[in-house]
Amino acid sequence: MIVIIDYGLGNLASIRNMIRKAGGKSTISGDPEVIRGAEKLILPGVGHFGAGMDNIRSRGLEELLNEKVLQQGVPVLGICLGMQLMARHSEEGDARGLGWFDADVVHFDTARMEGLKVPHMGWNEVKLAHPHVLFPDVQAEERFYFVHSYHIRCDRPQDIQAEVHYGYDFTCAVSRDNIIGVQFHPEKSHRFGMEVMERFIGWNP
Amino acid sequence: MRRIRVIPVLGIDSGKLVKTVSFRNPNYIGDPLNAIKIFNDKEVDELVIADIRASKNGTEPDYNLIGDMAGECFMPLAYGGGIRTADQAKRIFDLGVEKVVIGSAFLQQPDLIGQLAARYGAQSVVVCIDVDKGLLGKWKVRSVSGSQKHDATPDVMARRAADAGAGEIVIHAIHKDGSMSGYDLPLIQAVSSVVGIPVVPLGGARGTEDFLAAVKAGASAVAASSTFVYNRNDVRSILINYPSQKTLSAELFSKV
Repeated sequence: MIVIIDYGLGNLASIRNMIRKAGGKSTISGDPEVIRGAEKLILPGVGHFGAGMDNIRSRGLEELLNEKVLQQGVPVLGICLGMQLMARHSEEGDARGLGWFDADVVHFDTARMEGLKVPHMGWNEVKLAHPHVLFPDVQAEERFYFVHSYHIRCDRPQDIQAEVHYGYDFTCAVSRDNIIGVQFHPEKSHRFGMEVMERFIGWNP
Repeated sequence: MRRIRVIPVLGIDSGKLVKTVSFRNPNYIGDPLNAIKIFNDKEVDELVIADIRASKNGTEPDYNLIGDMAGECFMPLAYGGGIRTADQAKRIFDLGVEKVVIGSAFLQQPDLIGQLAARYGAQSVVVCIDVDKGLLGKWKVRSVSGSQKHDATPDVMARRAADAGAGEIVIHAIHKDGSMSGYDLPLIQAVSSVVGIPVVPLGGARGTEDFLAAVKAGASAVAASSTFVYNRNDVRSILINYPSQKTLSAELFSKV
């Protein structure tokens, strides 16, 4: 069973709907016992980074997530804020993250936006750095829906899974071993997102 | 290439899909769920559902219908109509809706915007400003389905919405609603030049040439209604439609 982690932020019903459409089963839960039994995890989230980490810690989920993901190697997909939480720190709320990636989350550099507005809201084609089970075809012209004001910046180039251009190029997906995180919303990206979910359902790293 | 969001807006009245002209004479278009399925197949960028009755009648949003619609939407969905409290907005977010559109309630209680933005993020909170053009050609902000008038000008109202924490502004030209005679471009310019958040015009679009003109006037995305539910060449016939990616690339994205 895929567990969509409920820590009080984000549109979880949309993710469940898309998993169902992609042929998978999921449950939405913030209960540590349910999360403990998960075969796969989705770390969702829309909203404020600092508030998100506060919620995760106050629910006692940080250690459990570390155990599931880092020790047991359970596959995890982070979406939007859920991906950002995998970094060690964010400017949003000057808050410490889960630290699964040597990376920081920063606000869009408004001086480099070519007059574009923030939040970045809309569809973009992503550029894959290398193939991944969830993104096997690096040449595919796939577009995904984005909505965010902050983005991740990785120390290690090998963690960068994909980049996208809005004002400038920035990292929009990170991956390592059993962990993958995407800034965009596969649950709201039509067949492009559905295919990502199908592959996540079938992923056995 | 910069993609521009092209957003169909679907009017709902008592569970039915309708289209008005200048907010009047709702014409029955069809079943909203069926329309959403067609828009899914056409891979639209985003959808806005607007209950045109709830605010005026002071009724609750139709949660069952919203949930059914959200379950069929594999693109971002915004809902507006009759939202007056944070609890109502929470119920709508929990149904799988990404954004709430606050219109009349913003003017009556601007605090609601800040509350929702703090909890769900600014990107989840859209403020819709309805604007009509008076006899002397001056813009008038209106609310409650056009029935109430306000003194502030559209740009002042937009700045208030942005300051209150909205993530996006829909600027709806009532005098263009259903006309397919082009957007009110000066209105787009007046509003988008004073706020740092995306401004999305609604009212008057007929086709990609109007979308392009709106973006050149300062719009970050474009919304339209009639052109996506009627046959453009014969407005008496209903035709749920949306331009192909090829058309959008050639006639819009490549030109901005």
